[in-house]
Formats: sequence, structure tokens, C-alpha cells
Amino acid sequence: MGAASLLLPTTMMGNNIHAEALLEPGMDVLVKKRMADVALNTAKSMGATYADARIGRYLNQYVFTREDKVQRVQNTESFGIGIRVIANGTWGFASTNSVTEDGIKNATMQAVAIAKANSKFQTEPVKLAPVSAHGEVSWKTPIKKDFKEVPVSEKVDLLLGANAAAMDNGANFVNSALFMVNEQKYFASTDGSYIDQDVHRIWPTFGVTAIDRGTGTFKTRQAMSAPMGMGYEYMDGLASEKLEGPAGITLYKKSYDIVEDAIQAAKQANEMLTAKSVDAGKYDLVLEPNHLGLTIHESVGHPLELDRVLGYEANYAGTSFATLDKWKSGDFNYGSKLVNLVADKTQEGSLGAVGYDDEGVKCKEWDLVRNGTLVNYQAIRDQVNIIGQNESHGCCYAQSWNDVQFQRMPNVSLEPGKEKYSIADMIKDVEKGIYIAGRGSYSIDQQRYNFQFGGTVFYEIKNGEIVGMLNDVAYQSNTQEFWNSCAKICDEGDYRMFGSFFDGKGQPSQVSAVSHGSSTTRFNDINVINTGRSI
Amino acid sequence: MAIYTEQEAKKIMEKALSFSTADICEVNLSGSESGNIRYARNSVSTAGHQSNQSLVVQSSFGKKSGTATIDEFDDASLEKVVKRAEELAKLSPENSEFMEPLGPQVYDEAINYVDATAKITPDYRAEVANSSIVPAKAKDVTAAGFLDDSYGFSAMMNSKGLFAYNKATNVEFTVTMRSNDGTGSGWVTRDYNDITKFDSAEASNIAIDKAVLSREAKAIEPGKYTVILEPAAAGDLIRNMSRSFSARTADEGRSFMSKEGGGTKIGEKIVDERVNLWSDPLHPEVPTGTWNGAGQPLEKTSWIENGVVKNLVYDRFWAQEKGVAPVPFPSNLIMGGGDASLEDLIKSTKKGILVTRLWYIRSVDPQTLLYTGLTRDGTFYIENGQIKYPVKNFRFNESPIIMLNNLETLGKQVRIDGNLIPYMKIRDFTFTSLSDAV
Repeated sequence: MGAASLLLPTTMMGNNIHAEALLEPGMDVLVKKRMADVALNTAKSMGATYADARIGRYLNQYVFTREDKVQRVQNTESFGIGIRVIANGTWGFASTNSVTEDGIKNATMQAVAIAKANSKFQTEPVKLAPVSAHGEVSWKTPIKKDFKEVPVSEKVDLLLGANAAAMDNGANFVNSALFMVNEQKYFASTDGSYIDQDVHRIWPTFGVTAIDRGTGTFKTRQAMSAPMGMGYEYMDGLASEKLEGPAGITLYKKSYDIVEDAIQAAKQANEMLTAKSVDAGKYDLVLEPNHLGLTIHESVGHPLELDRVLGYEANYAGTSFATLDKWKSGDFNYGSKLVNLVADKTQEGSLGAVGYDDEGVKCKEWDLVRNGTLVNYQAIRDQVNIIGQNESHGCCYAQSWNDVQFQRMPNVSLEPGKEKYSIADMIKDVEKGIYIAGRGSYSIDQQRYNFQFGGTVFYEIKNGEIVGMLNDVAYQSNTQEFWNSCAKICDEGDYRMFGSFFDGKGQPSQVSAVSHGSSTTRFNDINVINTGRSI
Repeated sequence: MAIYTEQEAKKIMEKALSFSTADICEVNLSGSESGNIRYARNSVSTAGHQSNQSLVVQSSFGKKSGTATIDEFDDASLEKVVKRAEELAKLSPENSEFMEPLGPQVYDEAINYVDATAKITPDYRAEVANSSIVPAKAKDVTAAGFLDDSYGFSAMMNSKGLFAYNKATNVEFTVTMRSNDGTGSGWVTRDYNDITKFDSAEASNIAIDKAVLSREAKAIEPGKYTVILEPAAAGDLIRNMSRSFSARTADEGRSFMSKEGGGTKIGEKIVDERVNLWSDPLHPEVPTGTWNGAGQPLEKTSWIENGVVKNLVYDRFWAQEKGVAPVPFPSNLIMGGGDASLEDLIKSTKKGILVTRLWYIRSVDPQTLLYTGLTRDGTFYIENGQIKYPVKNFRFNESPIIMLNNLETLGKQVRIDGNLIPYMKIRDFTFTSLSDAV
């Protein structure tokens, strides 16, 4: 499914609280251990062969503005416990916001009862891969500034400042928002792990609209920010984290300057109003990381989720072209030899980074595609036996304490090129091409073959030079053909992360956050269509 | 149980309001019981039950508002949540678009609650899964489905005397059937307020038949084709079109509904004159609640009449700015249809494509309402009034506005996702590429 949107999923909500209340410490870790043990002991006493308990406190702060107005400031807290058990070889899950001995016992009994009831229809008993007992451990996102300690007024002023800067530079409308999330989650299992984690994420974003009243044309330029697994320090706008891109675009690594980006957005939105409409045809595409990340997400991240491959998502998100027989052949050519796609849950600053996943597996990095060949999937404890492996990849996640955990996409990233090669070098090497930066419209079929992507800004490249902005650009391709057309990848100096804050999957649907790193990459001879229509 | 009767709800909300010291206090009380079952690979994969209740308090001092929520309703908790909302209001920035809550309103009595749906049991859900899986296995097909049912109430009260209460039930079912050779796929969806209308075996068999019939699809060239869109496919595009019904965005000049030179397209003919689109919370096939979150009464509203834009959505602030009556966002969409059955539409088609559903629809250009997406789970080639063979899926790039200008025939209406949408035959529907996906 898709990535982020400004529409807030209701599943991310909690009870509204004071901004100051975000700073309250929550339940002591020793009490959490005692409460988790209530669940584990109850489950075992009722005949469960495995149980885990997740005590979660989810704190969110969202700020929404438009032009010179604050539309909404929302602080929410959600606290409770989710208990998952295996009884009669079948999963059962129940949750409660009553984190008391009685509340937990009741929920655990319900989870065991559900497992036993469903076991009547179970044809494939759960087989869990072994996991080490970690004892009592903790992990924390390495943040420098906790968003909860930054006054709301400072955040409001920053957004209104960015809006004003855009309006001063020719914007007609600006909507901006800041999403900040802190997951305080405690995991315990009958395997002997007690894991306390403190996870932070942030996403600043905006849409700047310019209108030509004469023709009635309007164009919107979205922010070039990326959601990150960082603290409020992402908003510092450090010069050292900026990159000068083609056509004078400023691009951002691990620090974002929202005011500067709003100014360039206003100028570019106005430029879009009169930009040339693209001639449909074949082009070499030079794809900027904050654009390519979404293409990686849809054409690599999702098709290599093992639950999709096996058919568990058939009724919703779909299945996958990357079937087990292709992987087993050992020579399925996913992309050109340059293509190395790596999964990880550890990359610093990424949305997916945690110490341990939501079933107590220590997180790691692993290959999905090596030298263009499909080598592995994304799988969790009850799946890896199906692909002959005995170690979970550590990518199990639940969006909240009241949702059951299941396999979710880790960060999936394209390794940078090994030889020194910059964006400027890449543009010089293109005869007829288009440089695409930022995310746009995106759509892919249910087995992840055919896709169509737009972008935020498009620039025509002719004989090694940017010659002007383009409109109405979308490219269509097939996943395997696309990745086999990968002709050149910039070096690690250009490496940046794209992120999706609200990636949806499952029924009932759950969101998760995931990053995709890459350097600017060239794909040769890709079909570009013109999306302009007259009505 | 998280469900309260009208009298019980009233009592809780009156108590909450009694603690208010704000200029205005508004409370929303809601509760729901929902259950689901999910199956895949011809086996149950997950099942769950959720019980939720909450009281949302919004307190306002002048143009400053604060909102607080709680899920416990004893007196101390009610007092605490009202005080918290008031503290938040005092700290909040002033909202220049603040609208004072409405006073007492008159609402129609809603008809969207059915007792039988409220009484669905885990055994019933398991039986639904079973009645899908058993016939699938018999036809060498694999079932993956999801049933989600809910029973809930909403109530609203404010210090200006407004009170509203509504109970509702809903059930949604989807199943995807895939042939075990991996070359065919079928899908069906059903949704009702009244579970007694649901026959999971009947629905599942439609998807099974499509899975079997769509095996070994042939590739035909993308391009412009006459299409018969089943209501699930047509409904997705109509629903996307309705997202451009905001009068404010249109007035601001950043919508398909913006008029060249300023203003909106109200009064302009935008699609074929046979197109009529309205909403009606009391329609017996697709009933909804009769009031919205702002306490506004929901009534039958025409959006497109004989192809002409009749109304756009005006929230209370924008209506005040423009000096017009507010028009609430539609709670359902009903598009007028015709008498033609699917069989009739196929018989009258010389050359065309039958589309079961569309998938992964995304906006490409808000200026023209251009959308892209793909066909899925049953796409067939029609020639001389008959389905000839299954075809590979297509990617489309099409605007519902262009589509509704290229209207050939409207067929019978079907309930889809709470809306009532007809089968449609459309000429020159634009497919831009082929997909290998099954």
C-alpha cells in the first residue's frame, strides 16, 4: 500500500492530553516487568506454549497550520497492553487499556480462548524460529533534542515562519504540518526477554500552491523533507547536511531547513505554472533519493514481504511476482549487476531503526538483492521455516499495544555506487533525460509488476545539461525491467533517506514507518507518459 | 458492553456539562463493539474483538478551544476531563475561523441500526469463513477473505442545548479467490447494515467463478476501449471525484471545481446529462446517521443533477464567509442508474472490456481529476455481446469527468461501501499499459 499522506490515520490517535503531560514518566520499568509476568504466567497456566506481552505508551504531537493560522495542535497518549499467545498451535491475541493484574489476566484468558477457538480451523500449526533470551535490556533512538521538551510555541512559530516565507515568495496558499511520535514500548516473552525501548520519529511537511488566476492553472510543490527516526534536531537546518542539486535545488540529508525549502517551493510552484509539457517517449531518468525511495518502497520493499509472497495479504494488498520458485532458483535477475538492495532495522536516523523487533528479535541488516540477484525476503519468527531458515530477520511490528504484531517492511535501501560519482557527473553523462526530485503520484499493481510514478519537480536534461522545468511527467515500467535498466549510481556522498510515515498493510489495517536510502541513480530508456488533459 | 442507550448517554453527558465553566462546552460520547475474522490460504489466520468507548470534551473560551478525551465515565473522571479541556483551551492559540457550536436542531430518525447485526457471534464469523473456504477448495481455488462487523452509538450534547443520538450497525465482507495454478483471480465485496441480507456462500461463489474464468488471460493492446465498469470499479472513481466537492478549495482556485476567472462550477454542466448524483441518509439501501460531527442535520442533497453541478460542500465557516447556507459533506453517494443488468450491458456491447474492480487508484493531476490505477481480479474481453476470454490487467489513466462525459449506458444500482452505484458502460476509457499481475 501507499506511503504517507496528510490525512491522519485514526489508528495513530490516542487520548488528547496536555503538551506538558507528554513529559510525564509513565509506568516504571519494574512495574512493567511485574505486569508483563502476570500475562506470561497466566498464559502458561492456561496451556499456552508461548506468550508475549507488549506494554506500550504511545505519545504523539501534531501541529497543523495554513498561511498565518494555526489550525490544530494535538497531543495524544495511548497506553495499554497487548498479549499474544500460542495455544493448540494457533495464535490468539487480546489487548486492554486496563494495565492491572485483573485487566491483564482477563485479556490473557481472552487471547488463549481465541487461540483455542481458531485452532479448529487451523491447517498450518505455528512454527516459531528460535530466539535468544536477551534478559533485561533497553534501547533508545539516539536523539539530541526530545520533541516533548521543545515548546509548542517554538514549533508553531517555525511553521508559520515557513508559511510566511512561502507567501512572501509568491505562494497563494501554504499548508504545513509537523508530526512527532514517541513509542515507549516494553516487550516480554516466555523466551526470557524483557526489552524496554524508547523510539522517536519526526516528519515536517508542507504543500505550497501557486495559482495563475488568468488561466485558472494551479500547481502544488510538496516539501523536500523526509520523515526521520530522529529527534527535533532534524529541524536545525545545518549547512553541513545540505546538498546543492541540479537546477539550483537545495537537498537535505539529516537536517532540514523548512524555511529555506518553503522559499524554493514557492518559486518552483510558480515556475511550474509555465513549464513545458513533456513530450511522451523514452528517457534516461535521473532519480533523486527522495523520489527513488518511494519507487524502492513499492517495487522492492513490498514484493519481498514473505507474507505477501505466501498469500496472507491476497485479499488486500495483494501477492507478489517474486515467488518462492524464483528465489529458490538462485539466479532470478531482479536488477542489473549494479543493484544491491539491503534490508535493515538498524540504520541510524531511519524510521525503521529499533534495537529489537516486536517479538523480541535483535535487529540486523541482511541482503535482499545482491549483484542484481534475488537472495532473500523479509520474514519473522513464524515464517522463516518456510524458506528453510532458522533465524528471524527481526522485522515484526505492531502500530500500537492494541494491534497484533505481524511482518512489516524494514528499511530497504539501495547501496551507493563504489566509484566516486556525483549528481553533476551523472547529469553530464545524459543525452536525453529527465531529472526527477521528490515524491509524487504513485501506483503499482497487486503483484508489483507494473508501476507508474510522478514526482515533485521535473527538469529536462539535454546533452549533459539541465535545460528547463517540465510538467505532466509520469513514468511507467515493470519492476524487473526497471531495475535491470539501472545504469549508474552516485557515490555515498549523495546518499540520503526517503521515508514513509504511514505505510498501510493488513486487515484491519495498520500503519508503520519505514525509510529507504539511496544515492541519485540513473535508469536508461524508461517510458515517460504525458499526464496533461484538457477538459 | 460499550453501548449506551439514549437515556444513559444523555445522563453521562449532562453530568459532564455540569462541570463546565467555559463559555461553551460540547461533548461527544461514542461506543462500539466490533469483531472480525481474517482468513488466507484456505485457513483462518486471525480473529479479534474490539470494544471502545470514549467521551470527547471540547471547551471554548472566546475563540480558543481545547479538546480532551476519556474512556471512564464516573463523576470524578468526567470532572477531570472537562477541567483538562478547559486548561487546554486557555493555552491554545486563537482560532480565527472558530464557529460557535449550534443550538438545538431537529434530526430525522436514522434507520441504519439492525438488531441482528449487533448480535453477530464469533461462531457466525467462523461459519462465514468456512462457507467461503469449503467451496473454494472444491474448485481448486484458494480463499483469502475478511469479515468485519460493528455495532455502535454516537451522541452529542452542548451547553447551547443541542442533543443528538444515533445507533448504527455495519458489516463489510471481501474475499479474493485465486486459482491454485496462479493464473486466475476473482473478488467480491458486500456491505450491509442488516446482516440478514448477507449470504457469504453466494458472494464467495461469484469470486470463485471469476477466479476460474479468468485463468490464462490473453494480452491485448492497451488503448481506448468501451468498458463495462462493475459498481465496485465505477464507485471508486465516483468517490474520488466527490473529494473535489469542497466549495472553499474551489473558491480558492485550486480545484477541478474552480471556475475560470473565479468562483465555483455550481450551475455548470460538467458531465453527461444522464448523470445524477445525490446523498440521502434515509435511503433504505444505504442508510447513514442523520447528523454529523458538527451537529448539522444531514438531509437529501443533490450534487450533480442532469449533469449540472447543483451543490458543493460549504463548511459552516466558509458558508458564513460567502453568505450562503452550510452544506455538510455527504454521508453517502447515490448515483442514478437504469434498468440494464450486467448481462444486458454485455449483450449490447460489440467490442469492449468488462472490469470487476480497480486497484491502487491515485491522483495524477488535481486540475483535471486525472487518476491512475489498475484493473484487478477479473478483466474480460467482450465481442459481439459475449464474454470471449479473460484479458491481462491494464493500467488506466482516466478522469471521472471525462469518463462521465463518455457515458453510453447506466445499469442497475448496487450497494458498494455504503454508496449506491450503477453498472456503467463507458466509451473510450483510457488504458495506458499492460500489467502481468494476476
